[in-house]
Amino acid sequence: MSAPEIFQLSLGPLTGIAFSPDRSQVCVCPNSNEAQIYTRNGDSWDLTDTLAEHDKLITAIAWGPNTNRIVTCSQDRNAYVWTQTEQGWKPALVILKINRAATSVKWSPHENKFAVGSGSRIIAICHFDEENNWWTAKQIKKPLRSTVLSLDWHPNNYLLAAGTADGKTYVYSGYIKGLEAKPEATIWGDRLPTGQLLAEFRSPNGGWIHDVSFSPSGDALAFVAHDSSLSIIYASGPNEPPAAHIVVKLPALPFTNLTWTSESSIVAAGHDCQPILFTGSQSGWAISHSLDDPSSTSKPLTPSATGLRSGGGVGRLGNNEAFNMFKAADSKGQRGLAPSGATPSSAGLTPVGPDGLLLTVHQNTITHVEAYEWNQSGEVSKIFTAGRDGRLVLWPVTGGKGLAGRMAGLQV
Amino acid sequence: MSNTLRPYLNAVRATLTAALTLENFSSQVVERHNKPEVEVATSPEVLLKPLIVSRNESERVLIEPSVNSIRLSISIKQADEIEKILCHKFTRFMMMRAEGFVILRRKPLPGYDISFLITNFHSESMLKHKLVDFIIQFMEDVDKEISEMKLSLNARARIVAESYLSTFA
Repeated sequence: MSAPEIFQLSLGPLTGIAFSPDRSQVCVCPNSNEAQIYTRNGDSWDLTDTLAEHDKLITAIAWGPNTNRIVTCSQDRNAYVWTQTEQGWKPALVILKINRAATSVKWSPHENKFAVGSGSRIIAICHFDEENNWWTAKQIKKPLRSTVLSLDWHPNNYLLAAGTADGKTYVYSGYIKGLEAKPEATIWGDRLPTGQLLAEFRSPNGGWIHDVSFSPSGDALAFVAHDSSLSIIYASGPNEPPAAHIVVKLPALPFTNLTWTSESSIVAAGHDCQPILFTGSQSGWAISHSLDDPSSTSKPLTPSATGLRSGGGVGRLGNNEAFNMFKAADSKGQRGLAPSGATPSSAGLTPVGPDGLLLTVHQNTITHVEAYEWNQSGEVSKIFTAGRDGRLVLWPVTGGKGLAGRMAGLQV
Repeated sequence: MSNTLRPYLNAVRATLTAALTLENFSSQVVERHNKPEVEVATSPEVLLKPLIVSRNESERVLIEPSVNSIRLSISIKQADEIEKILCHKFTRFMMMRAEGFVILRRKPLPGYDISFLITNFHSESMLKHKLVDFIIQFMEDVDKEISEMKLSLNARARIVAESYLSTFA
């Protein structure tokens, strides 16, 4: 298994991240009201564009792979659709009609509409209004009782899953009359007027839902909740109870994000700072291994105090490891080496090295996990993760490795 | 370190590590605001059950987690009047300089001596396990500090009394 590629894009958290269709550019929000577009230049990323229109923190970014449009949403209650022109990226305001923060945004698979989740207990499904030349929204309100934290589209372009802060996951119809052909009956439901609630699930112990995701076929839905659980639901047919509702409880800190890499595998990551691969089927799911194997990756990847590091690192921020170290020494009175005799502590599953840094690649919570590259058979061969430590990491996902050896790397 | 302190601090460390799983959460009550939910307590669904870790009647820690902030309140051991006064002066000194301590709360919760408020902004800008280490270090040191102060206070009182009474000898 080749080593992951690591890039430090920012010193603070990355609150939103999306790759361009050809993977040569990445749009990130460095925990501010501006989104930045970086262009890949060999082993580093160069800042090429800044999207500045929001006036509060950008919470999510989505980049349509076919239409090459970016949509950003923010805590200032707005969303903008950015279109690339000769003069750079041009924003178009979306009439969301929400009065609290927008929290998440996703393009539908056909990219003729996108969904925005918000703190005003509303999901806005937005589409382009030709008559008025703006993006307008249809709202789903019922039965949302709390902030919508995550969204995901079904591959058929009609169904939409949403996870909320009160621990519920809903499956809705996101069909918009007049915009698209009438949907055919699906395994989740057969009557599909806009905003029709098709299914509702709870997290096992009432934790808020951090992320929801449909499987590549759309027949299964997975979500991760704050009660350190991963739930996978297999639909059986309209108005019928699910064929299987599998809950994997973990002896670890909660996951904040997940993505399906194939019909039988999921990568989830979160507060344990390492992406973990799950495998299973309708009969059951289990942890396979952590993609971040401390035994093989810790030495070369943990940045040293001198800032000497092979590969990685954005040219502009090349010295930031050393900079971080001095900054820590200055603001926190923290020396390069932890005082000897202090017992190495542990942050959940993640071991802490003798230098006081985590032995994982990410040094803080991972907030984004998404597919980066697919192989010929349509399975995900590479994923990317981004986290609060400002790092972007590209991980190879390979199946069929010796499980026993892999399990040793995961310290449960 | 005494035998009971170790498991007590381990329990606090484990609870704190689990509780410090915060995220940015904009208020769903007030428009365009971002408030620590544990302080405003306007959305019950984003608050978690408070937890008390207690070593004995006088020493305990209250941890109140929520979606974007946790509040940790410590009750410090106070065996006698002098320790009570010392503890009050000590915590007051720190709380008056709360902005210098970043995560310190300006007022303790009723029934506790000192409170910390850690928000998602703190856990973003600082390493999480270092934050936990800091709190544990603080809990270890505060007892030591107060008993040291008590000793030096008694020593000083003895010297003062001796030099005062020596004039009558």
